Amino acid sequence: MEPVTETLLLVLVVVTALAFDFTNGFHDTGNAMATSIATRALRPKVAVLLSAVLNMAGAFLSLAVAATIAKGLVDAGAISLEVVFAGLVGGIVWNLLTWLLGLPSSSSHALVGGVIGSVLAAAGTAGVIWSGVLSKVLVPALLAPVIAIGVAGLGTWLVARLTRGVSQAVTDRGFRWGQIGSASLVSLAHGTNDAQKSMGIILLALITAGAVPADSSVPFWVIFSCAFFMALGTYLGGWRIIRTLGKGLVEIDSRQGMAAETSSAAVILLSSHFGFSLSTTHVATGSILGSGVGMPGAKVRWGVAGRMLAAWGLTLPAAGIVGAVCFWVQHVIGGFLGTFLVFLLLVGTSLAIWVASRRAPVDHSNVNEEWDEEKGARLRPSVPTTGEVGDPQVGPVVEERLAPSVAPAISATTTNGSTGTDGERS
Amino acid sequence: MNGLIEWSSLGQVVVAGVIVGAGIPALFALGLRLVAGTSEQASAEPARGDTGPAPGPKGPVVIARPSPLRLAGALLCFGTVVGAIAAGLVFLAAGGHS
Repeated sequence: MEPVTETLLLVLVVVTALAFDFTNGFHDTGNAMATSIATRALRPKVAVLLSAVLNMAGAFLSLAVAATIAKGLVDAGAISLEVVFAGLVGGIVWNLLTWLLGLPSSSSHALVGGVIGSVLAAAGTAGVIWSGVLSKVLVPALLAPVIAIGVAGLGTWLVARLTRGVSQAVTDRGFRWGQIGSASLVSLAHGTNDAQKSMGIILLALITAGAVPADSSVPFWVIFSCAFFMALGTYLGGWRIIRTLGKGLVEIDSRQGMAAETSSAAVILLSSHFGFSLSTTHVATGSILGSGVGMPGAKVRWGVAGRMLAAWGLTLPAAGIVGAVCFWVQHVIGGFLGTFLVFLLLVGTSLAIWVASRRAPVDHSNVNEEWDEEKGARLRPSVPTTGEVGDPQVGPVVEERLAPSVAPAISATTTNGSTGTDGERS
Repeated sequence: MNGLIEWSSLGQVVVAGVIVGAGIPALFALGLRLVAGTSEQASAEPARGDTGPAPGPKGPVVIARPSPLRLAGALLCFGTVVGAIAAGLVFLAAGGHS
């Protein structure tokens, strides 16, 4: 390949890696901040700003970068710039799709899935180390939520037991602080772990293209740009996912929020300490579920949880298919033109998903609205994708936002809401 | 490494996760309880017979000053929690790996 096109290819890969970094940030804001937003321990804008700052700080905190991606999962010899690029595209597309549907799914699984898919397309089944995929990706994905549900459930139960009889105002105030502290730790851990993945990819690309020597450490601009784009993504906030995590699964109060975030922080940090890496998203989601399981009287919306589990199961194959298709397109057209075409396709797909999201926007102003509340037309179209209709609210007192005169009409829509919204959607 | 699941790592994660992940919130709750005390009797009876400044229905919560022993216990609880968070920070700064 000519040097000029090689440089252009490198630029495309770096840009795409930063784009993935960005989606990783806004996809995972909810892991740390959804509970603090839902319990109003922090105002939504403040929460995402805090999380963004901590993500940025976390990225600078430690630079023990693993320069290999998907290590032990795919044959290292099968990795080329084209393969990495196609894998990144697969990860980004899956991240955006799950964001549109308001489903938290693991960003690192999406990336791994995309890379596996493109390796399959490039080198066939021999390029993938299946036992590694099973033991390092699939089994932990099944175990992570179970562990987190258990830990958070026990923690929540203990907290509920110990605070019985303590006045609500005191527990609310105290646990809000505890919640902010533990959520901050989760944000920091996310910045440290996930920003390094993008740094590793870019470093790998730079080494492959010969732009830096093979034993080079991470250049400062790579550290800074990865930290910056992840923080930017975090600040923009994946409000749809925050909404699902904070309001959709369980109605949480500040005690549950604190127990859930502490469980997340503990399990994430301990699992990386003991070399049994678990996905941040899976742990955080499991912890929130656990806080509903452990709280006497609380109700978990298992339907929402089931949809999420389905999305987790689909993450690897779906991102893999996109990755494989992208690699084929690159390969058939060939050279820089193929890569550039895939890049254009990625931009087009992202724009289309963004336009689709604008039809039912979820942002800081409506992120905390009642889960199955059909207030106004704004949230209604999002109900089929993010909401579940019908069941009564459990947990903290509902903030009464509706004028009394409107309430009967609203509740009338709610009763047959599922058919109504389905009809309108089609 | 034993087959698909690294049982020893998994076991360590579960045990330590339960101790830390469930213990910290419990300690926090215990500390809060020691400081604030319980108002079970008071809340069971709507008309409070408190001699102190009677809190209005929506007024600020008045917490009786806890005894030194309770205060010390609460400080111990909160201190452990803060220490655990500090340990987490140190762990992250040290590279996030064992």
